[in-house]
Amino acid sequence: MSRFVERHPAWALIVVIAIAVALWLIFAVWPQGLEDAVGRKRVFLNALFNGITLGGLYFLVASGFTLIFGLMRNVNLAHGSLYLFGGYVGYAISAATGSWVLSFVVAFILTALVGVLLQVIVFRRMEGQDLRQTMVTIGLSIVFADLMLWACGGDFYQVQTPNWLIGPVELPLVTAVKSSGEPVYLRYPLVRLVIFAASVVIGVAMWLALNRTRIGMIIRAGVDDRDMLAATGVRIQLVFVVVFALGAGLAGVAGVVGGTFQSLSPGEDIRFLLASLVVVIVGGMGSIPGAALGALIIGLAEQLGSVYIPTYAIVVTFLIMVLVLAIRPQGLLARR
Amino acid sequence: MLKGSLGLIALSSLLLSGTAFAQEKIKVGVTATLEGTYTVLGEDGIRGFQTALNVLGKKVGDKELEFVIASTDATPDSAVRAVRKLIEQDKVQILLSPLSGDEGIAVKNFAKTHPELTFINAASGAQETTYVDPAPNFFRYNMDGAQWQVGLGKYAYDEKKYRKIATVGEDYSFIYTQVFGLVLEFCGAGGQVTNRQWVPLGTKDFASVIAALPDDVDAIYLGLGGADAVNFLNQYQQAGGKAHLMGGSIMIDQTILSSKGNAKNALIGTLAASGQADTWENPSWQKFVKDYQDAFPPNKRFPSPSLLATNYYGSTMALILALRQVNGDLSNNQAKYKEALAKIEIDAPNGKIKLDSNRQAIGTNFVTEVVDDGKGALFSKVVKVIPDVNQTLGYDPAVFAKIGLPSRTVPECKKY
Repeated sequence: MSRFVERHPAWALIVVIAIAVALWLIFAVWPQGLEDAVGRKRVFLNALFNGITLGGLYFLVASGFTLIFGLMRNVNLAHGSLYLFGGYVGYAISAATGSWVLSFVVAFILTALVGVLLQVIVFRRMEGQDLRQTMVTIGLSIVFADLMLWACGGDFYQVQTPNWLIGPVELPLVTAVKSSGEPVYLRYPLVRLVIFAASVVIGVAMWLALNRTRIGMIIRAGVDDRDMLAATGVRIQLVFVVVFALGAGLAGVAGVVGGTFQSLSPGEDIRFLLASLVVVIVGGMGSIPGAALGALIIGLAEQLGSVYIPTYAIVVTFLIMVLVLAIRPQGLLARR
Repeated sequence: MLKGSLGLIALSSLLLSGTAFAQEKIKVGVTATLEGTYTVLGEDGIRGFQTALNVLGKKVGDKELEFVIASTDATPDSAVRAVRKLIEQDKVQILLSPLSGDEGIAVKNFAKTHPELTFINAASGAQETTYVDPAPNFFRYNMDGAQWQVGLGKYAYDEKKYRKIATVGEDYSFIYTQVFGLVLEFCGAGGQVTNRQWVPLGTKDFASVIAALPDDVDAIYLGLGGADAVNFLNQYQQAGGKAHLMGGSIMIDQTILSSKGNAKNALIGTLAASGQADTWENPSWQKFVKDYQDAFPPNKRFPSPSLLATNYYGSTMALILALRQVNGDLSNNQAKYKEALAKIEIDAPNGKIKLDSNRQAIGTNFVTEVVDDGKGALFSKVVKVIPDVNQTLGYDPAVFAKIGLPSRTVPECKKY
């Protein structure tokens, strides 16, 4: 941190000012002039929170994607299908048992199993052949999409939000002050906050597991040099299977999350594959903190874009990707 | 004996196949949105089309109709690609296409490059398709989005006493046309439309859009369809939204009213207008509903046909009945058939339909309110029926032309 300040004093100043402005925008009551110029504070705060919570969902999908890529150099383009599959499983479980939490557990286990099968049956056979793996995963994603269309139809499914999560909560953030001097607090959907909190917990747990545990050490070693790790006697294939299962399972969990606050239908698989590709390209392929940063940036860009420049909202995400590719092609937080 | 009967069977099968060969086929291409945001709409459109075939049969004189179905995703280029494939690869002679607004404009323009063929619009409802520079071989037997909103603005103003409303809609031609119809009538009656928000087709996360909805309005009009509508309602409920709602023709429709999950319950009591009403007492509508229900098992259809099923049904009906009038004669660049299509009046389930000089439908419109049938299923209940709605919505054509074409900002909120 201090090294960064020493090396780039101008940039550090800009960052500090940006953070200060952001904090002021969030906590201060906006003066009338500002509200007239850019709209009400409630809208801004909502868009900001939505961007962050949407980033949480993107992070869940993209973290598995980037983990698998980081270790196995395998661009798994069937990742979106795992997302959709997890969502359908979650819907089936919550519809059958009425338990939202259980649907996460089952979706994680089943998609992880599919991931294990994919790794053992498909990817192990073509290790090190990047292009072939990529082509096979594209083919698989098309097959999976048709199978799911056959099984579930083209209908929209929504995972039932549990009753205790429906409706908004008041946050201690003042959006406006009434003429009587009484402050108006921000009301925000509880379910989105819970989902965001869960994705933060998962992110931190993953970071801890990677940086503080033995298996994490092995995975990190594998990311750096697979062959050398195998030579030291680690059963690398087993590590691959575990990582693939984890990555796939996370996609499944994300599917349930997506099914809860958006909806599941054919085509969602491609959308989330595209989103996670953009996220990891922006954040840096193979980096978990990169996936978190990328997800946050893309989520915020989508939501703030949809409020302030609705016509061009779709373009903004790709503009960011192009900028990152032009300025820092390895991604914002890539290690090399 | 055995040998003889075998010989007879062989001979008769030869004869049968001979007659089958002699029978001429008329090939018809059909497109529907079987991919993307509007998948569910396309599927139900095809159900309506099949119901029509069940009722009317596939025979035209001594000829047999053969259908080829192609899929689109509601984008204009996908529709043109599908239509081109049907014409060039499958050699179809008649087209039943397309489903969605932007597709309609693109297919109409494409129709001009094939003046020898006949294009019958399946369900698309953008105004521009038949109002601006219409193609002489493009026929539309459903009303456009603006016609489908006739009655809504006045009813909301007079009966519900709404004075100020805001709109949220998908950013493309059909919804522009719907909002056009609504604004024209609501503002004409004296109401105000304070805010029009447009979201891209296929938006998933509406939370920010919902946050930006104004508080100081009497009702919010939703012009969304398919997956977008379901996502909006889900997130609207999560955000604790409580405003009165009004709906467009594909928002208050079985495609949304029978979606899974309980987000749709936010729609109970919603005022809407469309080319049909689920609970209309009219016997020919009731018969159509029954035909539709009998044609498919309950888990493979909606409780009651959607607007798309009705449109596909009506269009298929016109296609077959006109073809029977000319006894399947498609000679001379289908001239006789086109003439018959332009003149035909069909007794569609949702009222009588005839075409104007632009080959655009004049039909019946319905103002509806969403009700719960007591068993958790939602239906649109008719509150007002408006017959003979034409494309200029009852305005003098010269006055109507001055309003301009539907867009994000047209029409202005004033009395024309």
